[in-house]
Amino acid sequence: MAKLSDTIENLVARYGPRVQTEPADGWQPIGEADRLVKTHCCFCGQQCGIQLKVKDNQVVGFEPWEEFPFNKGKLCPKGVKRYMQNTHPDRLLAPLERVEGHGFREVPWEAALDRVASEMKRIQAAHGNDAFAVLTGASLTNEKAYLMGKFARVALRTANIDYNGRLCMVSAAAASKKVFGIDRSGNPWSDIPKAEALLIAGSNVAECSPITTDYVWQARENGAKIIVLDPRLTPIARTVDLFIPVRPGGDIGIFNAILHVMIRRGWIDREFIAAHTVGWEAVEKAVEKYTPEYGAKIAGVPPSLIVKAAEIWGPAKTSFLLHARGIEHHSKGVENCMAALNLVVGSGRIGREGCGYAMITGQGNGQGAREQGQKCDQLPGSRDVENPAHRKYIAQVWEVPEPSIPHKGLSAVPLLEAIHAGKIKGLLLICFNPLVSLPDQNFIRAALEKLEFFAGIDFFLSETMRHADVVLPGSLMEEDEGTTTNVEGRVIHHKKAVDPPPDAWEDWRVICELARRLGAADKFKYRSTKEIFDELRRASSGGVSDYFGITWEKIDEQMGVFWPCPALDHPGTPRLYEGARFGHPDGKAHPQPVEWRPAAEETDAEYPIVLTTGRTVAHYLSGTQTRRIGGLVAQTPEPWCEIHPRLAAKLGIADGDFVKVESRRGDLVVPARVVTTIRPDTVFVPYHWPLDRAANRATIRAIDPISNIPEYKICAVRVSKTARPDDLIARLPPQAGGLL
Amino acid sequence: MSELAFFIDYSRCIGCRACVQACEECDTHRGRSMIHLEAIDERDSVQTAPQVCMHCKDPICARVCPADAIKQTPDGVTQSALKPRCIGCSNCVLACPFGVPNYYGGIDQMMKCDYCYDRTSAGKRPMCATVCPSQALAFTTLEEIERTRKGKAINRWVFGSEVVETKVFVVTPPATREVRLDLVQLGGKKHEPFDVAALLEGSP
Repeated sequence: MAKLSDTIENLVARYGPRVQTEPADGWQPIGEADRLVKTHCCFCGQQCGIQLKVKDNQVVGFEPWEEFPFNKGKLCPKGVKRYMQNTHPDRLLAPLERVEGHGFREVPWEAALDRVASEMKRIQAAHGNDAFAVLTGASLTNEKAYLMGKFARVALRTANIDYNGRLCMVSAAAASKKVFGIDRSGNPWSDIPKAEALLIAGSNVAECSPITTDYVWQARENGAKIIVLDPRLTPIARTVDLFIPVRPGGDIGIFNAILHVMIRRGWIDREFIAAHTVGWEAVEKAVEKYTPEYGAKIAGVPPSLIVKAAEIWGPAKTSFLLHARGIEHHSKGVENCMAALNLVVGSGRIGREGCGYAMITGQGNGQGAREQGQKCDQLPGSRDVENPAHRKYIAQVWEVPEPSIPHKGLSAVPLLEAIHAGKIKGLLLICFNPLVSLPDQNFIRAALEKLEFFAGIDFFLSETMRHADVVLPGSLMEEDEGTTTNVEGRVIHHKKAVDPPPDAWEDWRVICELARRLGAADKFKYRSTKEIFDELRRASSGGVSDYFGITWEKIDEQMGVFWPCPALDHPGTPRLYEGARFGHPDGKAHPQPVEWRPAAEETDAEYPIVLTTGRTVAHYLSGTQTRRIGGLVAQTPEPWCEIHPRLAAKLGIADGDFVKVESRRGDLVVPARVVTTIRPDTVFVPYHWPLDRAANRATIRAIDPISNIPEYKICAVRVSKTARPDDLIARLPPQAGGLL
Repeated sequence: MSELAFFIDYSRCIGCRACVQACEECDTHRGRSMIHLEAIDERDSVQTAPQVCMHCKDPICARVCPADAIKQTPDGVTQSALKPRCIGCSNCVLACPFGVPNYYGGIDQMMKCDYCYDRTSAGKRPMCATVCPSQALAFTTLEEIERTRKGKAINRWVFGSEVVETKVFVVTPPATREVRLDLVQLGGKKHEPFDVAALLEGSP
């Protein structure tokens, strides 16, 4: 039973999200801390270095860590306030079991673990191994990501494991693999200020990767020209040389037309193309018809802006492309990225100082968590679950017969669809809050309600965990030790700052205990996360993302080690593709021709407006953590709908009015912000909130055919003025989905 | 190496409020943020502007204080009102040309940005300038600013006929020698708002 066992009001009153408005002891001076722990922020892919102040086994504050080279002490508001989670009143402190009509009751660990394991066995015996699925997250450490993949394949022996990086990095990953053969940013961030031209495509740098801002501004101080593609004028776009307010879904029109102009004006590095690429002719042929006028029509912008962009990018001597979810969250997300990468290939500017590109990873371990084998199609070391040699290698590391390793399973959205269709009956969830983050929320809720058994591991009761039969209280980032891999491909060390509360466990201990109950004790006899990391090193050895030469000690000495690092005496690889040696077996880049096609749902007479969604600086992903932290909730308490004054006037909407944003799938009601900084044909709603404030009630469950990323950045809606809602949900506090 | 100084570069600010969140974490005024972050015109622009105390060389707030409660350190840092002396009259709040001091009714005292004196006097950088992701707030040397930035750092302000020199610098376009804020200019200049619609129609 995965239906709510109590009213939402009661569940919110008991388990939150409540806001911790001040530190546990009030706003007292902290005084001298017991110790400062040099570690990293638990939030986004920038993974900033930070020192946590610890007093009496509690994280009570922070001190900037100015020596860490990536951020040199800089932090965004989330990093500053992250310490407030440690003493939070919503913290889960004992295993919970669902009680029909009464929410949850606390149960002993042994009973909770026994019940989860026996339900796993029961469902798998009745419906087959794949009927029990595992969904995980990209905010897990490398050690935990590795463990989850192994747990699914070795202990549960289910093919159906996937993760929420499916909503984040997979388009960028697939495009990079196709074109360059490796799924990682090509360059360290230190290359950004050395570039003469920057192209920032679909990235709200200032809000989603704030620390990158200084790198971008430093490039400008050094004389770089900067181009930004975004349907909204974001803070980073305000002062750049060229802002192109592209229509959502129109990016290929811009990229292909820039390339068209580069070819016409002779700004292609022919020597590089001849020596280091295969397939370029097809790319040139594909962009033949993409004149600036043709591209501009697709992109919904004046052709002059495209020509200006080509004039900045084309003749530059050094350049850097940064792309993020704006071009990736599409049913053509992989193609969008490949069209952007073609601009890098055509210029020949890659693999050198100040020359290259990066995808801006969104989640904390967005990079590492997709390499260790918790994706439905991958084994550790970024290995392919269908490749016989890869399977054989991993089978030997795991000491299991190769045929026992399941084959490719379902990715996140089809996995939820299989739950809805009754094919998957059981679910183990960790580090993922689909009831905020997946598109088409009404469908997702209906799917979860069909589960026969649903167990989760979390430290707060997220909107999704409210539906669980058993909730196992896990650990915060600062309560365990491990590694993550930041946006640059730099593997870094998260130190343990404090112990978990007495009856919450480190996540990995929970998994090992479950594995033992499933009869796989001998494969999960780790005594520490360091032992897991050592096995991960061996499992990744010889793979694309080779961690073999990385040790925790080496990370501390070098302030991070970039993979690939195949041997203990290897220094790591900050910049990929030096000497134009690419990751494909032939050593060449494989540029791909791209043709624009429409989105899954374009506007029509009934739903005439484009909805696009995104993030805001004070919140992280589904908000499970940041919607509980006082300063952050105060900064941005509730979502809103950004709308241009022309569109607003046509619809009779004034600034501050409540509006209903309605698609074929669902609707949400939020206040309007009337601004001239957005395209008049597009509205924007940030997605961090649940229930009737969830942007994802309206978004479409369409996915990219290669990456399976959902199309969060474009769907068709209508927008109308409405009265302020006064139902039970609206009366919840704003962080829980109510209104201010 | 020359003396470390405070620089504000408004063109870099991204409005993330890391400075505001970090300021209130300081032990000397925990829970109260002393930095202001102004949204210039939310409807037409995403521009924001951080405002720390500029630490006037001849602080107006101190001059207008009838209780002589506002003191300047020998190294030129103007501090919050002294608790035993402050009478809560808010003269300083009204007089400051930068809008910095705040009067807190609950404690009946004026408090303001004090250059993170506990940190800067111990060789550390101020909290806001350390965390600022865009380095719109920077604490470094004048040489370093001149070496790494295109703009010019200035600390001379002209308000009508009154000239104010400050310890804190602002980074401005290279030709600027002083910031002139004539009242006529504030009221009289026509404001041309940015509009994405205009850009799409080909008139940037």
